[in-house]
Amino acid sequence: MNDDRARDALALAEAALAEALRHGVSEAEALVMAEDSALTRFANSEIHQNVAETNVVINLRCVVGRRVGVASSGRTDQEGLRRLAESAAAIARVVDELEDWSGLPGPTETHPVAAGYSPATAAASPEFRAEAARAVIDAADAAGVVAYGSFATGSESTAVANSKGIRVGGTRTTSQLITVSMGPAGGTGYAESAAVDAQTIDAAALGREAAAKARATAEAVSIEPGEYPVVLEEYAVVDLLDMLGYLGFSALAVQEERSFFEPGKRIGSELITVADDGRDPAGLPMWFDYEGVAKQRVELIDRGICRGVVYDAQTAARAGVGSTGHGLPAPNPYGPFPLNMVMAAGTASRDDLIAGLDRGLLVTRFHYTNPVHPKLAIVTGMTRDGTFLVEGGRIVGPVRNLRYTQSYLDALAGTVAVARDRRTLRGFLGGVVVPAVRIENWTFTGGTEH
Amino acid sequence: MKELTDRALDTANVLGAEYADVRVVRRRDESIAIKTGRVEGVASGESEGFGVRVLVDGAWGFAASHVLTVAEADRIAGEAIRIARASATALRNRTVLDDRPAAHGRYETPLVEDPFEVPLEAKIADLLAADQAAAGVKGIAFTESSYAAQREWKTFAATDGSLTEQVITHVGSGVEANAVDGDEHQRRSYPDSGGGWQAAGYEYIRGLGLKDRAESLADEAVALLAAPQCPSGQFTIVLDPSQLYLQVHESCGHPTELDRVFGTEASYAGTSFLTTDKLDEGFRYGSDLIDIVADATAPGGMGTFGWDDEGVAAQAVPLIQSGILVGYLSSRETAPRIGRQSSGAMRADSWNRIPLIRMTNINLLPKPGMSLDEIVADTDDGLYLASNRSWSIDDRRLNFQFATEVAYEIKGGKKGRLFKNPTYTGITYEFWRSCDAVGDARSYVMLGTPNCGKGEPGQTGHVGHAVPGARFRDVRVGVGKW
Repeated sequence: MNDDRARDALALAEAALAEALRHGVSEAEALVMAEDSALTRFANSEIHQNVAETNVVINLRCVVGRRVGVASSGRTDQEGLRRLAESAAAIARVVDELEDWSGLPGPTETHPVAAGYSPATAAASPEFRAEAARAVIDAADAAGVVAYGSFATGSESTAVANSKGIRVGGTRTTSQLITVSMGPAGGTGYAESAAVDAQTIDAAALGREAAAKARATAEAVSIEPGEYPVVLEEYAVVDLLDMLGYLGFSALAVQEERSFFEPGKRIGSELITVADDGRDPAGLPMWFDYEGVAKQRVELIDRGICRGVVYDAQTAARAGVGSTGHGLPAPNPYGPFPLNMVMAAGTASRDDLIAGLDRGLLVTRFHYTNPVHPKLAIVTGMTRDGTFLVEGGRIVGPVRNLRYTQSYLDALAGTVAVARDRRTLRGFLGGVVVPAVRIENWTFTGGTEH
Repeated sequence: MKELTDRALDTANVLGAEYADVRVVRRRDESIAIKTGRVEGVASGESEGFGVRVLVDGAWGFAASHVLTVAEADRIAGEAIRIARASATALRNRTVLDDRPAAHGRYETPLVEDPFEVPLEAKIADLLAADQAAAGVKGIAFTESSYAAQREWKTFAATDGSLTEQVITHVGSGVEANAVDGDEHQRRSYPDSGGGWQAAGYEYIRGLGLKDRAESLADEAVALLAAPQCPSGQFTIVLDPSQLYLQVHESCGHPTELDRVFGTEASYAGTSFLTTDKLDEGFRYGSDLIDIVADATAPGGMGTFGWDDEGVAAQAVPLIQSGILVGYLSSRETAPRIGRQSSGAMRADSWNRIPLIRMTNINLLPKPGMSLDEIVADTDDGLYLASNRSWSIDDRRLNFQFATEVAYEIKGGKKGRLFKNPTYTGITYEFWRSCDAVGDARSYVMLGTPNCGKGEPGQTGHVGHAVPGARFRDVRVGVGKW
């Protein structure tokens, strides 16, 4: 427990649990997720959307024997909790038994990560976010480009109380600034940063980074699709980790034979080491999962070799192991997810990565990616906001965006250099810490007009 | 409720809002998830709260809370005003709204059988029967079947005197059969890969006939494991409605959103190639056969309502007529910039999100003449593609690539052998210009998606698409290597 809000959330979870246990269930779990979040959005170099919300969700899982029912509500008063318990218990009484139901998890030792909370982020004001937006816009103005983007700040209090004795609560803060710059002659650029402490995000520097790239990508030319070696900036590497986490590093995907994962199987070069670590202060830490189980560090890939997958209570019981603390709110047909992936740094500088390309492409980020063949991790998507031709180790000029259809496993296997610097970013699954990489081959399968 | 909405608007007025609106929303959800004959998850949910949107000195602010009290209405209205004043510190163009008559009235989704009144046991039994029929087929590795229902009670009030009440109900369900052999994973689903969804009652679910279709569906998933890889090259393709609706969604629905055109989604989802100069010049988006309309009045569509979330009455707006771009999905803020009135497309994902320009029901109108079967019979050599498996499109909505669950060879006007792993790709306007046959009303069906993503913070939209089948010439099929 690291603050009063977490204590309030836990008190609410305990009240919901007590109400559930009055309804004659054999097990129960109350999960409370309370947030105060805000986001300031800008486009055409002005703030055009600006929002804030206060919200709470109570998720109640009731178990009768081996029958499980789940209900959720935003009502926190006693009558609301009573109705919530009634609803979850009623579902538990009519559904079929889960023959392999292993029971709710028991208590584990959880220790808050101090680096996961910033009072400044929790108190971030509309004026603070507007100031950051203006800093990005000023950088764009100075470069003669137009700024687009958003600055989000928020605090999330999570608490779990269950009938097996779990009582855990915590508050973490997150912030993220993203910006796209658009310049004359079709140039676009991108920059992003995520942090626990919003004050550490240098909005002006991100604005300058995106603006400079927008200038550099003006008058992009078409290039023939085909196979090219690539340098992927950190913003693009996020997608590799996100997609592989989704497709392969969940115990449920393995149990359903949907995953490429096999223990001891080589899927990457020696340079690829990836873990999921909710306690790593370089990321956006969270020290317990939505079932109240302490998060463990899980080595997913060690020097190219598949080592582990993440478990929640149910998939762990099926496998005869313990939960690694990667459960999501019930009911969860998707299984556990790695929400805090961290990729090990290499030794190369950014210039080294580019210098190693005889003829290839530098890619800033990917857009709208989607699996084409999930088990082989073949993914399609587009490049966006800065794609450059590199010849003889030097950037020659911008090229129009390209479509790719590429196995992300082949990409790991073909990684020949990893940068020593890393960025903290947000993927669609959570906070990610990633370096840039050079990959010896990437399959581009089409082009577009910009 | 009126006490709360009045208080929020009064407070906003007193604090300096030139315009304010408030939405109070209560949402109820129910879902059933079945995997391989076993009920994995049954859940119900309720969420309620209110959001206040204000315009101060031409700048927007919005705040929302789950606490439904008059005191909280004061606090949230004040917070929205403070946020708007912060927005004004980085404002270059004051927001101007179009005029519209104040909205009054009540709308409720027409339905026959209230899905929340059907006993849960009966709904589980219906879905389980369908799932087990698929799971029982030899060679099926796992099945996934789902049912969901959602109802929203929504009150909208604005400082111009508008007050509307709406009760909107959506239901959806589907069955998916999966066959796995080594690295090969094949899937067939019905009625669509995300399930069939409509604004309707449980009668829609009964009408899907999931159990009747499940076994043949599973047979086809198993057969795909042994099917040859879909050939690559330039092909004539016929798209089943189960794929064509998503083609419409991605390559017509999104690029005609006027906020994208004006760049206000640039930092996340991207912009649009359909810039307003193309409206003025009468841009040829597709062949003469292409008529696409945004119709918020279409029966059964998940984009059907009484008023949008700015209080603009539901309407049918042509987007593409005889292949020519003629309109956009718009809002009270964006429409005046092209000299028009709002098309009534502002929709919010519940109480805690601002309305954005969203698709309503984006429908490709059928053409009298040929049924879908007759289009196939009229095709000498081609591929028939059904049920979406993956989708991707660039940030200006030009280069797209779709994968479908299955392709059938068409030879001499007859559907023949199966091909696995089909993909096709193209440039939006070139693709739609290559359309030389659109099916008639016999294949016209209302489909839709409950997971259209847009905005920051993220919003999930329920949108409808009524489409027939259609044929396209000289399309690039087969990309990548595996």
